[in-house]
Amino acid sequence: MAYMHIGKDFTPPDVPGKVTGRIKYAEDYTREGMVYARLLTSPIPHARVVDIDAAEALAMEGVLGMLTADDVYPDGEPQSTGLKMLTNEPTLVGEPILAVAAVDEKTAETAISRISVTFERLPFVLDPLDSLQPSGADAYNGGNTFVFRQGFAVEKWSADQVASFRAGNEPTAEPQQTVAYGDLEAAFGESSYVYEGTFTNAGYPHHSMEPRSALAYWEDGKLYLHGGSQSLTAFADGIAGVIGVPKEDLVFVNAATGGGFGQRARAGSIPIYGVPAKLSQKINRPVMMRITREEEFTIGGARQGLTGWLKVGFKPDGVMAACDLWMVSDNGGKGGGADAYSAADCVSVLYQADAVRFRGTAIGTNTAHRGAQRGPGQNQIAPIISPILDAAADELGISRFDIRKINTPMTGDVGGPQRTPFTSAYMPEALELAAEQFGWEERQSRRRQTNGSKVIGLGIGQGYHNAGRSGMDGIVMMSPDGRLKVHNGVGNLGTYSYASTSRAAAEVLKMPWERVDIITGRTDLHLPITSPQDGSNSIFTNTRTFYGAAQDMLAKMKEIAAIDLGGAADDYDISNERVHQIANESIGMTFGQVASRAIELGGKYTGSADLPEELAEWTQISVSRLAGTGFMGVFHDSVHEGNPPGFTVSCVEIELDKETGKYEILDLINVAESGTIMHPKGMENQLVGGAVWGIGLSGYERHLYDPQNGMPASTGYWQSKVPTYLDTPVKIQTGWVDLPDPENPVGARGVGEPAQGSVSAALTAAITDALDGHIFGASPITADMIINHIAGTSENSVPLAQNNFRG
Amino acid sequence: MNPQLTRRRFIKGVIASGAAATTTGAWYSATGQDRPSGFVERLIRLNVNGQTRSVDVEPQETLASTLRYKLGLTGTKLGCNRGECGACTVLVDDTPTYACSVLTHSMKKGRIETVEGLESANGDLHPVQQAFVEELSPQCGYCTPGQVMSAVGLLRANPNPTREEARLAMAGNICRCGSYDSYLDGVMRATELIG
Ligand code: FES
Ligand code: FES
Repeated sequence: MAYMHIGKDFTPPDVPGKVTGRIKYAEDYTREGMVYARLLTSPIPHARVVDIDAAEALAMEGVLGMLTADDVYPDGEPQSTGLKMLTNEPTLVGEPILAVAAVDEKTAETAISRISVTFERLPFVLDPLDSLQPSGADAYNGGNTFVFRQGFAVEKWSADQVASFRAGNEPTAEPQQTVAYGDLEAAFGESSYVYEGTFTNAGYPHHSMEPRSALAYWEDGKLYLHGGSQSLTAFADGIAGVIGVPKEDLVFVNAATGGGFGQRARAGSIPIYGVPAKLSQKINRPVMMRITREEEFTIGGARQGLTGWLKVGFKPDGVMAACDLWMVSDNGGKGGGADAYSAADCVSVLYQADAVRFRGTAIGTNTAHRGAQRGPGQNQIAPIISPILDAAADELGISRFDIRKINTPMTGDVGGPQRTPFTSAYMPEALELAAEQFGWEERQSRRRQTNGSKVIGLGIGQGYHNAGRSGMDGIVMMSPDGRLKVHNGVGNLGTYSYASTSRAAAEVLKMPWERVDIITGRTDLHLPITSPQDGSNSIFTNTRTFYGAAQDMLAKMKEIAAIDLGGAADDYDISNERVHQIANESIGMTFGQVASRAIELGGKYTGSADLPEELAEWTQISVSRLAGTGFMGVFHDSVHEGNPPGFTVSCVEIELDKETGKYEILDLINVAESGTIMHPKGMENQLVGGAVWGIGLSGYERHLYDPQNGMPASTGYWQSKVPTYLDTPVKIQTGWVDLPDPENPVGARGVGEPAQGSVSAALTAAITDALDGHIFGASPITADMIINHIAGTSENSVPLAQNNFRG
Repeated sequence: MNPQLTRRRFIKGVIASGAAATTTGAWYSATGQDRPSGFVERLIRLNVNGQTRSVDVEPQETLASTLRYKLGLTGTKLGCNRGECGACTVLVDDTPTYACSVLTHSMKKGRIETVEGLESANGDLHPVQQAFVEELSPQCGYCTPGQVMSAVGLLRANPNPTREEARLAMAGNICRCGSYDSYLDGVMRATELIG
């Protein structure tokens, strides 16, 4: 289909501000009379605050006030997992206990140094399997796990059960959760190659580049909050509840966000924004709370670590017959997510196994807060499963490319335990495209070629994440100057989806891009509700809403033209910013004229009547404030059918040095299958960014804690080993399939998350290949682990340990 | 800035000292203590973006703090405030420098350039900025000013780098969004624009 905007490159309006430094992040703002908050955080991994003596600090000149957990939770702290604003029951080092506001940060920090907090030390634990031991410590007050709707609970295995799992055997304990489909036993019976083993995925921090600093002040009864989020309106909607301010009294200002990766999508991830908001209310001054890198590490979120056992069976023809997965999730100090379940779902989707069983148990540790991180679960399992496919292929005499083709999902297939049909799935095309662009077949002759201590490894991998939601709202406005204003509540975290989705509205109205304004960046510009911008869903979800809102405006344009110029609405069409009769294009009105008439007519044309009934409360507030001010198109998106998948395929060639355990990525391609491509350069960014994340997952990033005292040893970029320019290839190739999805009006779906998983799958497969098929069953595979393997040295650590040095 | 202090040596020093960092950190880690009695703030002159700026600077104040909080030049970002990420990169006598890791008092003789000083008088973007726009190099944009300054520093020293040379020169700038490839596309495009 020939589009005016879809699939074309453009410069999103915030890009010049990013290269000039003019665009403002939360910490770049100041406000007359602004004062500063600093946090006192827990130096102990698990404790109870017995007493706070702040008399000396509060008497200091320049100190304006203090906020404690008792202030923010007057009825007692929530007895559940999840980050708290402040706490008297810290369950990790670095958890905020209290905040002090002062005229400057030096004074606030000095005041904090003079506050005496008496802690009661409680036992702490860093490894979920240690906590499962009969005498193991419990990370939370009330247990080591949290059961939905029941509360904290204690989960223990026998010492033999833990030891047996650490020794590589299938866990025999009762899981908290079991999900299954298909006849597992029969499927293994049909299998001629069965792999069985244990694995670990290390957890690691998000480390968004912008720490979650925030500025808050109250004016005319309204709370103004400057912060960074992935989601803008969805986030604002939630944080209003967290802070306890009515939605209509919150103005959330957020023009740009320095990265999110899952931990800035929802209000529950950043309750700390309540600290400046409540301090500001208490002392009646604007309060800036700057967050340090170390604080960002602690409260900024981390990927769940997974400790698992799996058994995978393949039929003689290469079909994956069965996959049996048992995973213990590391929920960290504040509870975690559903990564383990998503990992099993991903295996079901990507390899279409006849039978899948997932069993899982989630256990807390006194380590950083866990929550969704780019492809949570799907991406951890990617580097675990990919080398197993290769082992099966080698064993069954099938090529490593063909075994993926044999098991590929495609349109008409279903996936996951719910057996949900795909809206469309062009994975076979993606595999072909990646292999062809990379020259996969031609490179096979180089496989395992050696040059001195160096050896070539090749890997291919796939990634998946479900990539679309529905049920959200869209608003577009037009003023008498005929400019289209897309009121967009999608957050700006660097994907440019706020701009790409706006182009769906421009497309419907055939508007030149320079005549379109995106209204975004602060909620007092009256923006509709969106889904939280996580789960690669924005492109699918919000092209639907803005397309729908523009369709509503288009229908109203035709009605107005029919009222003024005669005939029926169906007699009219649009072109060149005019609505005109189809039979005689000279009879028509400019968009500006239509907008003027709409304002005269009022009622449904200006959002004052006949609104969609299902609009979210947030959208209703925005519409009510916009009503009567311009020509409005408004839309509530009904629920879509099926699972819109985001798929990627990657190929990697590495040269691994057996003397150093290091490898260089010689070539890497990352190919997307995400329906119609909205914005090629934006897509490229997602693919190269995802590739860097995949490199980090496979080779570098992990949490490290000191087992003696629970202190984090990887709070910074270098220690947690975020990939740099030098860890990534000189050039990353990209490509995409570009076939439309029928459940989206412009055919688009999202892709940000799988872009990491496929690269990790391919890179780990390449490392395995270079080492003659040795399966580590781990992410990351560090240089030390490679060296130890080559030297035949057993790992000098506890098997299956999380948050620990390994190898 | 000591010209002998290469970025590599600088980073090495930082890695070693990073291990001793506190667990929660402090915004003013060097100055969060009580002031010694008789402490006097000092007015000094800095050459920033071609202008002489007079500013009150405390003894332990970093250049990043001065630029951001005293001179309002918030284009210079703080990602780590501990010499790990490069978000705070500025040019001092054409050399890319982590502004979070040098003391303002040591900059009195230096020619400091920040991202705000790159545009021409008529508002045209610097070729590096223009190239970064054309190649859509930034994602979230938080590391972008630092990437811009490192690229400008590189192209002043070597107007025609290979992609590999650019990769090495930019290696002190972390991008958590992983936009390295797009930044390198930008640097190579900038070499064309500079001609
Ligand atoms: S802020 Fe200076 S290096 Fe990170
Ligand atoms: S663009 Fe986000 S950190 Fe570089």
